Amino acid sequence: MNLGLCWLLLRRELLVSLRRRSDLANPLFFFLIVCALFPLGLGPSPVLLAGMAPGILWIVALLSVLMASDGLFRADFDDGTLEQVLLSPVSLYLTSLLKVLAHWLLSGLPLTLLSPVLALMLHMPSAGIPALLASLGLGTLVLSFIAAIGAALTVGLKRGGVLLSLLVLPLFVPVLIFGSAAVQRAVQGMDSSAPLALLGAMAALFLVVAPLAIAGAMRVSHDQ
Amino acid sequence: MVPLLDIQGLSFARDHRALASDLAFSLSPGDILRVEGPNGSGKTTLLRILAGLFTDYEGELCYRGQPLRGSGRHTMRSESHFLGHQSALKLSLTALENLQWLAALNAVRVSAKEIETALNRVGLRGYEEVPCRQLSAGQQRRVALARLFLVPASLWLLDEPFTALDRQAVSELEGWIAAFAAEGGVVVLTTHHALRDMDGLRSLSLGAL
Repeated sequence: MNLGLCWLLLRRELLVSLRRRSDLANPLFFFLIVCALFPLGLGPSPVLLAGMAPGILWIVALLSVLMASDGLFRADFDDGTLEQVLLSPVSLYLTSLLKVLAHWLLSGLPLTLLSPVLALMLHMPSAGIPALLASLGLGTLVLSFIAAIGAALTVGLKRGGVLLSLLVLPLFVPVLIFGSAAVQRAVQGMDSSAPLALLGAMAALFLVVAPLAIAGAMRVSHDQ
Repeated sequence: MVPLLDIQGLSFARDHRALASDLAFSLSPGDILRVEGPNGSGKTTLLRILAGLFTDYEGELCYRGQPLRGSGRHTMRSESHFLGHQSALKLSLTALENLQWLAALNAVRVSAKEIETALNRVGLRGYEEVPCRQLSAGQQRRVALARLFLVPASLWLLDEPFTALDRQAVSELEGWIAAFAAEGGVVVLTTHHALRDMDGLRSLSLGAL
């Protein structure tokens, strides 16, 4: 398996997502709009907003990743391409890994890049922005992997959406805790490298282990 | 000689209804097996079992003498094509992009030229850059069939391959199946369509239970 073939497989995932612009833009709009609603609901007090900004940004980012992952394997399941992926001599580990990476590149990464703008809107001190970028970058990758395991498990079900949320939200909790803690600490002028290191460790672990779980889940979901 | 596909004592059920019990057949290069039976008799299930998509069965399945529950599965994956009910095409991608991806899934890199040749063979010259959404159902089916010529294989598993094809395409596909078998390939297909007489054609009837 050489890099050229990996690129072909990754490119297809990116192309498919890029040609369905609404699916691509939905989670980003959700992130933008919900974050914009907070000042309206809580009142425009900069002190209040600045204190809550790390938590707000993280919770909305988490929900937006969850929203984006619901249909991760659904379309492939419905049009029969997932069948071909399962039957392929290329390892399912690799195809699952590339699928999630492509998904992250087009959902988690843009969301991370958008977050400083929203942070400024919520009056978050700019000292927290590097930590925000780093924690969301690593955190959304972990969230994408967790959500992909859930999506692979529920792909065979008619209404998997609610079950998916129930399955993955508890697993999202540690990521949320460490992610918002990193930003919180940076805002308060403390060292945020400990929570970031933990997020990095989680990302490394999921990068290696999650494709195995996704591959197993896809086989189980499809064996009926 | 070891048969390509050897099936012994195969039994399977769907939703607690037994569909087949103690099936036995073996296929050697040049054989075409047509699986017949009324709707719901387990034709698709049999093909999915052979492809490895459905594992709730009893019996011994061997590919080139290796058990399909073990080492034979990987060998078979890299040497076979499975064409299911769905054409396995992404409608937003062009025929070229779809075929490039399907070939990459078989760990084969194909040039645009080779894809053009394959599309030409299925009668879709000039449709390389057209998104599959804009093709008719029959044309989409033809794109799916082009895959058979793109990546060499020794086994074709075709589930209702004649669906949506016009009369000319049906006879062309019959010709391709016959030619593939004549070159030493093995074909297992399900169809309600009356196949023309070919060398090596055998039938298997399901639904007697």
